[in-house]
Amino acid sequence: MSKGLLIDITQCVGCGACQEACVEANGMLPEADETRLSGDRYTIVQETPLADGETRYVRKLCMHCEHPTCASVCPVGAFSKTAEGPVLYDEGKCIGCRYCMMACPYEIPRYEWESRNPRVRKCVLCAPRLAEGLPTACSEICPTGATLFGERKELLEEAHRRIREQPELYVQQVYGEVEGGGTSVLFLSDRPFSEMGLPGNLPSHAMNEYTEAVLSKLPNVVVVGGSLLSGLYWIINRRIEQTKERNRERESAEGGGR
Amino acid sequence: MRLKITFWKIVFAVIVALGIYGVVLRFTQGLGAATNLSDEFPWGLWIGFDLLCGVGLAAGGFTMAAVVHVFNVKRYHSVVRPAILTAFLGYVLVILALLVDLGRPWFIWHPIIMWNHHSVMFEVAWCVMLYTTVLAVEFSPAVLERFKLRRLLGIVRRSLPFFVVAGVLLSTLHQSSLGSLYLIVPNKLHPLWYSPLLPVLFWLSAVTVGCAMVILESFLSQQAFGHALPRHVREGLASMALVLLIPYALLRILDLLQRGALSLAFRPGLEGAMFLLEVGLGVLLPLALLLSSRVRASAPGQLGGAVLIILGFVLNRMNVGITGMEATIRAGYFPAWTEVAVTMMIVALGFAGFSLAARHLPVFEHQAADDLVEVRKEAKAKERWEGRGADLPTGYPSP
Repeated sequence: MSKGLLIDITQCVGCGACQEACVEANGMLPEADETRLSGDRYTIVQETPLADGETRYVRKLCMHCEHPTCASVCPVGAFSKTAEGPVLYDEGKCIGCRYCMMACPYEIPRYEWESRNPRVRKCVLCAPRLAEGLPTACSEICPTGATLFGERKELLEEAHRRIREQPELYVQQVYGEVEGGGTSVLFLSDRPFSEMGLPGNLPSHAMNEYTEAVLSKLPNVVVVGGSLLSGLYWIINRRIEQTKERNRERESAEGGGR
Repeated sequence: MRLKITFWKIVFAVIVALGIYGVVLRFTQGLGAATNLSDEFPWGLWIGFDLLCGVGLAAGGFTMAAVVHVFNVKRYHSVVRPAILTAFLGYVLVILALLVDLGRPWFIWHPIIMWNHHSVMFEVAWCVMLYTTVLAVEFSPAVLERFKLRRLLGIVRRSLPFFVVAGVLLSTLHQSSLGSLYLIVPNKLHPLWYSPLLPVLFWLSAVTVGCAMVILESFLSQQAFGHALPRHVREGLASMALVLLIPYALLRILDLLQRGALSLAFRPGLEGAMFLLEVGLGVLLPLALLLSSRVRASAPGQLGGAVLIILGFVLNRMNVGITGMEATIRAGYFPAWTEVAVTMMIVALGFAGFSLAARHLPVFEHQAADDLVEVRKEAKAKERWEGRGADLPTGYPSP
């Protein structure tokens, strides 16, 4: 049920058709800057020069994580991972704290910095098109098949089949299979992914675990801390009262003895 | 005297005017026009200083409330009310700063009804909300005394221990959670500052800087309002800061050693320099100074130690929030002048609020009288015990 994209970097010729199709499908400004993601560019094709003088074209877009950090960190739950695959943003909830932008390991979410009522912008994996049973605009237009649309499970199988059949061509890794707990957008490459501008230092589990592990301890902190403090308060005050009491008794005893 | 006040009033007016300009710019033309924030660097000075430092520097409120009202160490009684006032103003100003920093501040109340219990920010939002309320209750006796609302005062006084305990718990949660905010960016925050211990380090450093802030405040109030703290009280606070600073320094260095990150501090570059400045000047130097009992007993020593601890704390939060993030994000950030202006306005409002409250509410006087009674009582009790050759019972506050 969960859809995704398989982007085979070895097949991308950098024509930019995906970018144009995206602009059209999402009704964005055609004349906006094409070199960086923005509210008018949910995907860009990055010309990536390699050390040996060769060039690769690497698409940048929301990875639609299986366990999205943006959804985990958002205080009001404005992000959600849908069963169909897309990670979607609800601008009606957003308070504009921008923790999603901080937390995203791929640095994808963009902000409408010039707006008085700013929103977070990012690729929606063509959720409206998916609902109509259509593939994403970028995959539909791709002339070389470098961007493939389908069930994530099937795309993974396809990716592994390609690696198996051409082990001398591909890096033995499907980027997004486990990175940060896995993503709906998968990459195949013939060069190390770190050279492709994809973060190479992500754990193979969801990043959310770091914060959620701490949060799960908080109830204990409250219970243990609360009882400890209340207990201390009770004991200390009781002792003070007892001391006062004893002093009073002594005073009266002294007074009586005189 | 009159001239001096006029001078500071002019400074205040200029700062506020520039700050208001920044706020107006931000609300009419967006965050982009008023800040140097970018998609690559979405959190800047307003989060690094106004939020992270603001909340931490206000930690004196819950530390002192706990020491006096839970552990019943009565000799610190006179510092509780100013500390709570500072904390309350601090939190109000943090919220004010957030209203400027948030993209959609009119939805700041959303966390009340839209829950995401996986989010550290959600927890921080709730704690700040609840703790600001607790601080208002903790400070309310000053207002109630001023307007002689005796019945309400009685109710508040009786329920105070509950609020103090709640305040300590809420503070522990969100002071540590400000550190937890950064646990999710292991690939973005520089290893000199990223640590799984961030929540513990944030909490411990906040409690430490709480003591230092109370010391600094007492010097400032002495200058401004002439309310001197008894020498042994300030000495006790300095000892408290030292006792907290030792485990913090140890934990910090052991953590770096364990993660093998300490050598990064000696690599040339901004990060290493900022780290050495933070830990050397703001942790190890005050630690070394305060180890001497003569320094702890002398006014310049107390003031110097406190200022260094505060400096180290501010550097730490700025390093986590800005220096350590800049290193890996490949995007430069330096605050726009309007960001600095808004931050300065918020600090200035804090000073103005404190001095207004100190002049019109019983922040110091009443407490001082109360303390005198306590001190006399304690001295009397001690005399009696010593006269009988018996030890003071444990748990009894030693004078």
